[in-house]
Formats: sequence, C-alpha cells, structure tokens
Amino acid sequence: MPTLRHALIGAALVVLAAGSSGARAQEAPTPPRQQWSFEGFLGTYDQAALQRGFQVYKEVCSACHALKHVAYRDLAEIGYTDDQIKGFAAQFQVTDGPNDQGQMYQRPAKPSDMFVPPFPNDQAARAANNGALPPDMSLLAKARDGGSDYVYAIATGFKDAPADFKLNPNMYYNEYFAGHQIAMPPPLTADGQVTYADGTKATIPQMAHDVTTFLAWAAEPNLDERHRMGAKVVLFLLVAIGVFYAAKRRIWARIH
Amino acid sequence: MPVTGTGRTSRIIRWIDYRLPFVATLEHELNEYPTPRNLNYWWNFGSLAGIILVIMIVSGIVLAMHYTPESTMAFDSVERIMRDVNYGWLLRYIHMNGASMFFLIVYIHIFRGLYYGSYKYPRELLWMLGVVILLLMMATAFMGYVLPWGQMSYWGATVITNLFSAVPIFGQKIVTLLWGGFTVSNPTLNRFFSLHYLLPFVIVAVVGLHLIALHQHGSNNPLGIDHRGPQDSIPFHPYYTIKDMFGLMVFLLVFAIFVFFEPNLLGDPQNYIPANPLQTPPDIVPEWYFLPYYAILRSMTFNVLGIPSKLIGVTLMFSSLLLLFVLPWLDTSRVRSATFRPIYKKIFWLLVIDVLTLGYVGAHPPAGTIVVVGQVATFYYFFHFLILIPLIGKIERPRPLPTSIGTAVLPAAAGAAGDE
Repeated sequence: MPTLRHALIGAALVVLAAGSSGARAQEAPTPPRQQWSFEGFLGTYDQAALQRGFQVYKEVCSACHALKHVAYRDLAEIGYTDDQIKGFAAQFQVTDGPNDQGQMYQRPAKPSDMFVPPFPNDQAARAANNGALPPDMSLLAKARDGGSDYVYAIATGFKDAPADFKLNPNMYYNEYFAGHQIAMPPPLTADGQVTYADGTKATIPQMAHDVTTFLAWAAEPNLDERHRMGAKVVLFLLVAIGVFYAAKRRIWARIH
Repeated sequence: MPVTGTGRTSRIIRWIDYRLPFVATLEHELNEYPTPRNLNYWWNFGSLAGIILVIMIVSGIVLAMHYTPESTMAFDSVERIMRDVNYGWLLRYIHMNGASMFFLIVYIHIFRGLYYGSYKYPRELLWMLGVVILLLMMATAFMGYVLPWGQMSYWGATVITNLFSAVPIFGQKIVTLLWGGFTVSNPTLNRFFSLHYLLPFVIVAVVGLHLIALHQHGSNNPLGIDHRGPQDSIPFHPYYTIKDMFGLMVFLLVFAIFVFFEPNLLGDPQNYIPANPLQTPPDIVPEWYFLPYYAILRSMTFNVLGIPSKLIGVTLMFSSLLLLFVLPWLDTSRVRSATFRPIYKKIFWLLVIDVLTLGYVGAHPPAGTIVVVGQVATFYYFFHFLILIPLIGKIERPRPLPTSIGTAVLPAAAGAAGDE
C-alpha cells in the first residue's frame, strides 16, 4: 500500500516541522507575515535596509536595548568603512585596565569592542525603566516565535487599549505582545523620527521594516554566506545523486 | 579470499594479516559478506545511522574546542562560535540538526525492524543492542541540548532531572546527585558536558557489538526468510556499497536543506534566550524526537491506588522503551515479514499513527481533548505491544512463504515479488 505509506511519511514530516515550533499556546494573535529580502533559498540582506535599520537602532532602540553579541567591527559587513566604524565606536566609553598603576580607566571604544550597552547592569536598566528590563537585542529576531515578523509586529502593534481592558500604570497596549501589556513605550511614534542618510522617507512601517532587517542581521550575521554555500552544496549533491544513481543502476544491471 | 599476490604490497599485507587480521577481516566482512539480494531502500538507514554518528562525533569534537562549559559563559561561548569562529555557524548547525537527523534515521531504522520482524530469532541480541544504542542516544541528546544554556536547556534539564524525584525513597538523593547541588546549576552543566563527550564513544562501542551481532547471521530481508543458498545472496561490495552511497547522497541533500536553509526550524526559539532560573518559559517543550515519550509521561493525570501519578507517568515512559527489550519474546509469530502477515501489517500502521499522535500530543499544552487523546494513545501503545502482538501471532494465518529469496525475486521465478 504505497499511497498510505507516502501519506504517513508526509504526516511524519508535518509533525516534525510543527512539533516544537508551531505548537505554542498563543495568547496574542500570530504576527502577520511580512516580505523580507532574506527569506527563501537565495534570500540576502538588503544592504541599504541594513544601514537604515542600524540608524534606527542607533537613534531609537539603543537608548534602552543592548546589542552585546555584536562588535563595532561587524558593521563592516553591512557596508561601513573602517574610518566610519572607528568614528562611531569612539563615541562610547569602555572601562579597561588595570594599567601599570593598577587602576581601571576609561577609554573610547575600539572597533574590536562589543557594542557598549546603555546600562552598566540589569539592575541599572530596571531602575531606569520602571522595573522592566529591556531585553538584549542581539538574538531577538531568532528568540521569539514568529522571528522577524514578530519583531515588526511589536514595533508597529501599539494601539489604544480597548475600553474594557485594564491597563496597569506605566504599561502600554500592544496587539501582538502576550497579555497585551508591554512596559516599552511605543518606540516609533512619528514619520520622520529618523532622518535617513539615503533620503528614504522614514515612515513608521519603513523604520520598523528597516530596524527588523538590521536585527535579523544582528541575530544571524552569516545568513548571506550560509545561503550562498547552501546553493552550491545542494547543486553538488543533486549532481552526486544523479551520478551515484547511474552507477548503482549499472552495477546492479550485472545481476538483474 | 586471502591476498595471494607476490608484489611488495601483498607481502606487507600478508605480514600484517598473519599477526593482526586487519585486511582479511575487511575483506571478509565487506567483500565476501553475503547479503540478501532483495534488500529495499529501508535497509539504507543502518549505514546512514553509522555515518551520521561519525558526523556528530567529528563536529562535536571541534565544537568542544571552542565551547566553555561554565554556566555564566556557556551561552556566550556558543554565540562566539556562531559569529567569530571560522565556519563555527556551519559546525553548530550541522551538530544541532545532525541530532534531529540521527533520530529521524534511527526511528525509521527501528520501524523497519518492526515491520520486517528483524528482532526475531536469531537476531534478538542484535535488536536489544539497538535498543541500548537508542537509550544512549537519548541520554546524549538530552545532555547535549543542555549545553548552550538557553532557557529551554535550563528548564528542560530541570523538568527531566526532576523526573527522578518520583523514585520512591531515593528520589531526592538521585536528583541531587544528577544536579551536583540543590538546583540545576554550574556543576550540572559540567557533568553533562563531560558525559555528553563520553557517551558517543560508548555508542560507538555498542555499534561495534551491533555490527558483530549483525554479521553473525547477516541482514534480515523484506521477505523475512533465511538464506538457503548462493542464489539468495550477493556480496555486500559493490552492490550495497553503491546503493548506500546513493542513499547517502539523498540523505545529505535533506540534511543540507535543513542546515543551510532552515537551521532553526526544528529548534525552539526560547533557547536563544540565556538561561534564567527566575523565569519559567510559558511552555516547556522537549525537542521533537522526545515528544511521544513526553506525551506518555504526561498522560497520567490521576493517582492509582495511592501511587502518585508522577511515579506512574515516569514508569510508563521508561517502560515504553524497556518494553522493546522483551519484544522478541512478546511476539508469538514465527513469520518475520509483515508482507506475509495480513493482520500484523494493519496494526503496524496503527502503531505508526499512534506514535505520531503521541508526538502531536507531546507538542501541545495538556488541556482539553489533548489530554484524553494522549491517554488513549498511551493506552494503545501498550495495548499494541502487550496484548495485540502476542495475540495476533496466535490467531493470524500468515500467507505462504516463498521457498527461497532467489525463487521469489529472480525474474525466472514466478511468485510473490517481495515488498520492493
């Protein structure tokens, strides 16, 4: 009964795929699917969007959210020159040392330093944010169900709370956040909040899209290389499958 | 055939073989090893499992060169591998998805054994060694999943180690021993790393025994009948080496698609959040390959005769695996292949559906109908092995078996064409 067998194999693969990722109880609606340049087999990051997204992160998000797994030098991958990176890093102070006198000292950040966090520690971050801890953003786009779609949905999902909804003090209503109460005030509030260096009109959806692209890159900086290598590996294996199948047929022909 | 040449190489080989029969053994086990001529593609999964084991060990050894098994640094060290180690992302995605592929292959391999009765006389020990390998794989995979020290690592470790607290009297002592303290913490991570590195080599040793047992009586085959003569078998090399190579390429394609294009599909996003002992994730879900057991574990929602439901659940979960050890003696039918067993063939597919159902249940929060479905599926799992398997062997009338593999599959012979 080959059809039943095929149906079962199909079912097994569906269960496999749905098993651990798609099955979580959803309090909030599923984030709507967005178009991303990095989706699909040959998807790559859109360099211009990455740079615009970096600008949004720098001017808006970085006030509260750290990016601790990303180093300034990594910005070379999204098209910044060494001088630009040096200049940008030098705006931040890091504690280094001890020096020959045994003293810790402050120095400007270098390209090899990781992004300097906005708060020295979690307690300081909470103290400055009504007790809420802004999560580190380095892996955000991989660490939530829905991935990039979720990040975009949160950035754009702020609404007035429904009349019967009891919103706690210092909380905001967000359609896509579990429980709908989020401690983060709406980050993107007005068109033109950021003045893009490339002249793109900074609408709220545009800024959300760009910063999500940047965060997807921050979470998975090797995606472009991975897709390129994957295409080659798949092509190689398709050829190998053909060659080995032909060889198998020939060898087995001796005894058929 | 012994090496008979007179050249220098032949003389060196003879010198070695006289003292250590290395080449002779390879020759014997590969070239002369008679293999049934009718093995179908389901027989590819044994060699695939061996190859993925090697892939896991090699990628794992290199990952261990860059990983830091310390609770405040483990998560960051994994991110460093992903970002700064040359091709570290590739190594880690191979290792991560390799675990899923390993289980997928082994599960297919096991169900192939169930369908064609490969566990029956005279291959009972071969089968039992396979169950040992499965248990070792599960322990290894569980401890490996803890190493990145993400949220699901930490809470998965907490839930699974806590299962042992259900053991009467010694429960809490066992859990403390596993943890190396009074909670999942740095000592837990250290010992899991140590054991995660050790167990794969134990698996290699048991695989060696599995192969020795296999070569004692040779492979079973889709007809489930013994070799009766030279017309029934062909040399392993080149016929099955080339067939295995072809199968390997197809498998590598599937593997590559996961590694390069959907590396995180089978993982849990929560594990990209560093472990936080103060914050329980909304749902603690194991990796897909543990979901059926997880469903069995959670199926017990009530105490029986004063025995706590947790203890029964844990017992059921371990029994679901230990049961496989006695399967060769539970099965009362002497016919191996389901091809000739009309009733067994049907309940085999019901078991497949049952296990997939358990997997579905394990992935969902235990509420409403999910609980009932999980209980029914758990009951059916045990009903299959403990009642149906012994009973059907007695009442079923198998179809007549062909007199030999050769007569059944060679073109000259008319008759049942096997299951290819």
